[in-house]
Amino acid sequence: MDNNEFLTEWGLTLMVFLPLAGALLLMVIPKAQEQMIKVAALGAALASGAVGVAVLANFNYDSSEKLQFVVNRNWIEAIHANYIVGIDGLSVPLIALTLLITPLVMVYSWNHFPQPHNPQAFLILMLVLATGMLGTFVAQDLILFFVFFEVVLLPMYFMIGVWGGEQRQYASIKFFLYTLFGSALMIVSFLALFFVAGGDSFSMVDLAQGVADRNAAGNLAMITQVLIFGGMFMGFGIKVPMFPFHTWLPDAHTQAPTAGSVILAAVLLKLGTYGFIRVALFILPEAAVKWAPYIGALAVIGIIYGALGCLAQTDMKRLIAFSSVAHMGFVMLGIASLTTFGLNAAVFGMVAHGLITGMLFFLAGSVKDRFHTLEIKRLGGLLLQAPKLGWILGFCIMASLGLPGLAGFWGEFPAILSAYNPAPALSQELFRTYMVIAAFGTVLAAGYLLWLFQRTAFGTPSEEFADVEIEDVRVSEWIAWVPLLALILVLGVFPNIIFHVTDPFLTVMGNTFAGLK
Amino acid sequence: MLDLVWLVPALPLAGFLILVVLGRRMGEPGAGWLATAMCGGAFVASAIVMAGLIGEQGENRRHLLTLFEWMKVGGFRVEVGFLADPLSITMALFITGIGTLIHLYSISYMHGDPKFSKFFIYMNLFVFSMLMLVLGSNMLVTFLGWEGVGACSYLLIAFWFSKDANASAGKKAFVTNRIGDWGFMCAMFLTFATVGSLDYSVVLEQAPLIAPATATAIALLLFLGACGKSAQLPLFVWLPDAMAGPTPVSALIHAATMVTAGVYLMTRVSPILTQSYDWAPSIIAWVGVITALFAATIALAQTDIKKVLAYSTVSQLGFMFLAIGSGAYVAAIFHMITHAFFKALLFLGAGSVIHGMHDEQDMRRMGNLKKYMPITAATFIVGWLAIAGVPPFAGFWSKDEILLSAYEKNPALWFVGLVTALLTAFYMSRQVFMVFFGEERWRDADHPDAPEPHESPWKMTLPLVVLAGLATMAGILNLPFGNRTHFLERWLEPVVGESEHTVTAAASAQIGLAALAVAGSLVGIAVAYRIYYQRKMEPVEPAIMAQGWKYDTSIAAFMGGPGREAFEATATFDGTVIDGAVNGVATLVRGSGVHLRKVQNGFVRTYALGVAVGVVALLAYFLSRVTF
Repeated sequence: MDNNEFLTEWGLTLMVFLPLAGALLLMVIPKAQEQMIKVAALGAALASGAVGVAVLANFNYDSSEKLQFVVNRNWIEAIHANYIVGIDGLSVPLIALTLLITPLVMVYSWNHFPQPHNPQAFLILMLVLATGMLGTFVAQDLILFFVFFEVVLLPMYFMIGVWGGEQRQYASIKFFLYTLFGSALMIVSFLALFFVAGGDSFSMVDLAQGVADRNAAGNLAMITQVLIFGGMFMGFGIKVPMFPFHTWLPDAHTQAPTAGSVILAAVLLKLGTYGFIRVALFILPEAAVKWAPYIGALAVIGIIYGALGCLAQTDMKRLIAFSSVAHMGFVMLGIASLTTFGLNAAVFGMVAHGLITGMLFFLAGSVKDRFHTLEIKRLGGLLLQAPKLGWILGFCIMASLGLPGLAGFWGEFPAILSAYNPAPALSQELFRTYMVIAAFGTVLAAGYLLWLFQRTAFGTPSEEFADVEIEDVRVSEWIAWVPLLALILVLGVFPNIIFHVTDPFLTVMGNTFAGLK
Repeated sequence: MLDLVWLVPALPLAGFLILVVLGRRMGEPGAGWLATAMCGGAFVASAIVMAGLIGEQGENRRHLLTLFEWMKVGGFRVEVGFLADPLSITMALFITGIGTLIHLYSISYMHGDPKFSKFFIYMNLFVFSMLMLVLGSNMLVTFLGWEGVGACSYLLIAFWFSKDANASAGKKAFVTNRIGDWGFMCAMFLTFATVGSLDYSVVLEQAPLIAPATATAIALLLFLGACGKSAQLPLFVWLPDAMAGPTPVSALIHAATMVTAGVYLMTRVSPILTQSYDWAPSIIAWVGVITALFAATIALAQTDIKKVLAYSTVSQLGFMFLAIGSGAYVAAIFHMITHAFFKALLFLGAGSVIHGMHDEQDMRRMGNLKKYMPITAATFIVGWLAIAGVPPFAGFWSKDEILLSAYEKNPALWFVGLVTALLTAFYMSRQVFMVFFGEERWRDADHPDAPEPHESPWKMTLPLVVLAGLATMAGILNLPFGNRTHFLERWLEPVVGESEHTVTAAASAQIGLAALAVAGSLVGIAVAYRIYYQRKMEPVEPAIMAQGWKYDTSIAAFMGGPGREAFEATATFDGTVIDGAVNGVATLVRGSGVHLRKVQNGFVRTYALGVAVGVVALLAYFLSRVTF
């Protein structure tokens, strides 16, 4: 077996399961050997990353609309579930994002594990999380997808529930039950889909084909498709989260330890939006057309509602969490337009939000670390006490409010633009109304983000911190942040880096919708 | 030669990058000199490109340089490229020219500031963004610059961020501008959907084919963007507050360059404006002239030396929009250039006064400064005569062109413009008399030992002298003596020629209007002389005007009142209704769990019964649905 063949056969599998293997390894290392535990965990994450890089380097970008590195093995024959993995242009950017975030979070936590410490358990959970996230992005079989999608849940639950803030119990249970509730409806939909599409495969491609065949034959009731889509909508919509299913998010974020918040914002939320495109839109395009006006409406409400919510927050982390509701609203608006352009914007928005909001949560964590509070009115004058930290915050805030030339712009602007010309089956007037409102969301975004920056970074330190020595950016923070900051800038100047990869696959998908009346 | 256009923005960008890395190490004054040199280099590059353009004729007098494909996705394609034509190069030339002078001035002005190098980082970034704005070959590159200058303006207004007022002023500027940007964005969406491109070359060529309704919408949405950036009603509120920044910033960004971006944009898309319904330009003209009058009434009651100039800027920008609405694009650009010279001069002069007065900005505590600051006084007086419209200073020529076109559009517009011109002469004379003439007032009961004012060093006075020269001579650019002397008009002809309004009034009528305008200026100066120099009349400075007609405070009250309530209500709604529902469901589930627990009684027969009933029910349901 030469190298390439090995990579094709085993690349994705190794990339997904190396972190899990690392987690197992961590279990047998004695708890006292902290250094060894950390090195092993980072090693596992980097090994997975190295395999991932090899895979991405050998990925054929000229035909990124096709599934590559496909592996198809029997898995649970009794229920026709197969182990099918593969990647195409849609998964590549998200996999890259995940591979990047995991080791960075570990580096960031290196000497600053949250209470009650226990890096061993913490890192095990993080590695399991990595496997779950990567698995979701490579799975091409619905049962496999579901398993990975759910694998993510438990480690995050423990991460919040054990290492979280004061209200960690409430927040973690809320997160768990809420997401589980969505998953329950989702699995019902998956099963229904299985039976509707012929009942002999859970492969996404087969299911899409089955549904398309029955639609062509005209013997699949629209209401069935719409209901099945509805179940998925609950599962994915809660994860995104879409208004009005977002209330788990501010609690989870506020209580989660920094590492958890970063992963949650950077990757976990994208499981929902990714699921919408990969599963719901891909398999049930006709139902998507029926749902799109409502998804668009909720997205736009989320944009404005999230922004207004931000303006009323008193806690820095909670504000950033709320801003996620607004930003993910732009992503969902792009998806709801059901056009090539909107879908591309959505995927770009996912990556950009992952980088920028991930950075913002890192920064919130560092502020909390130094001031032991995130209450906005107690902060101030960060630029005087820790200028580098303050300017990095300023940079990320500019990126988050969608300044052209930085990554955030390319998720936001095209998403709004896409609503101008939605898929032909959708109402133009309705989506243009969405466009006008969504564009106004950018005004509010500037309002709450600059307000946050003014209160925390400008001004002078409040009396209680006036004489406290505040450490500026640490080495571990530099290592964790520089790649993210660089990417925010590079993707802002050269957005084509991502659009080139995603466009072919999403063009195929967009053409499907363009053909629907 | 024309391909060198990329150098124009590249040099300030290089300066920015070098200073980000080495700025602190270079320190004072090295960082300042580097930034000045980069800006000066950009000026030279602009001049070279201009020389290249002069060598071309007619249609060929434009050059497109594409750097790289910015984004291409689903039929949407934008490139990063530059468009060098008479309009953009004229803009680039005066941005970099004035920019260099102000950089030089700042080396002295910012002397001793702990954030000296940071100041020049922002300044170079600003010049870069501004050049992207005017040189961009499509609307998206312009938008990049548009937002970039907004961000730099934000950072520079809030430069001394320890003071809360400065930080708030910066935020206010950015957020208010964002409202305008909303219009700009929507205009881009509309343009792309209609024409299928954002490139100026395509959009403007296709403009005559756009339906008038669409063209009107695009034009007015862009105008909303222009209102934000160029501080017109109803979005002007940020500009007076922006004076919180260092004075060179006020001169460069908030008088000479950034605030004229809206005028540039409207001139750039003039074919779209021509294609709109007739009432669209009228709206622009009226918004412009009303803003001009409104701001002038506020300016005449201000006591802060910079606030007078700030409102005056709003007012003068209103004149430029009056020109645009009247179809006089050349006059708008002409006035933009002369205004850039004399307003930069006035601001830098004010900065010199503030510097010499040891950070005093209240005009009531100045007086007779001509004795202590002769160069500043002399140059400031030149700026005053220019803005007041006294011939032969530059402002006279450009303002006259605007009023002439306004007269032909609608005499009512002309009349309001004339009144504004009179007020302008009045409040500027008031300022000059209060600051440079009369008695010395800096020592009073509260400040018994105020130090004597002093003249500023050469790095500050040299730019003043240069600008004073320009403010005197710039009228030559476009003298109204026949076609031969309309240099600017002939130069800009390839860009705005087809949209430009042609003056039809007879020469005698033109002379009559000009005479009236001069008379108006002289009346304004004379009245101010009686009141503020001879002190023979009581000053009329109603409190309501000093407070800017309470416009700003009303908005602040609205945002602090109903606005605040709205987002507080959202938060309450989220906590009680939406999250309340979630928690309610959870409580309900737990409550029913307590009861349902009784069902789990451990008897297999009960479970079996349950399963059986369920199976029967499901079967019954599916059988009823199946059609054979």
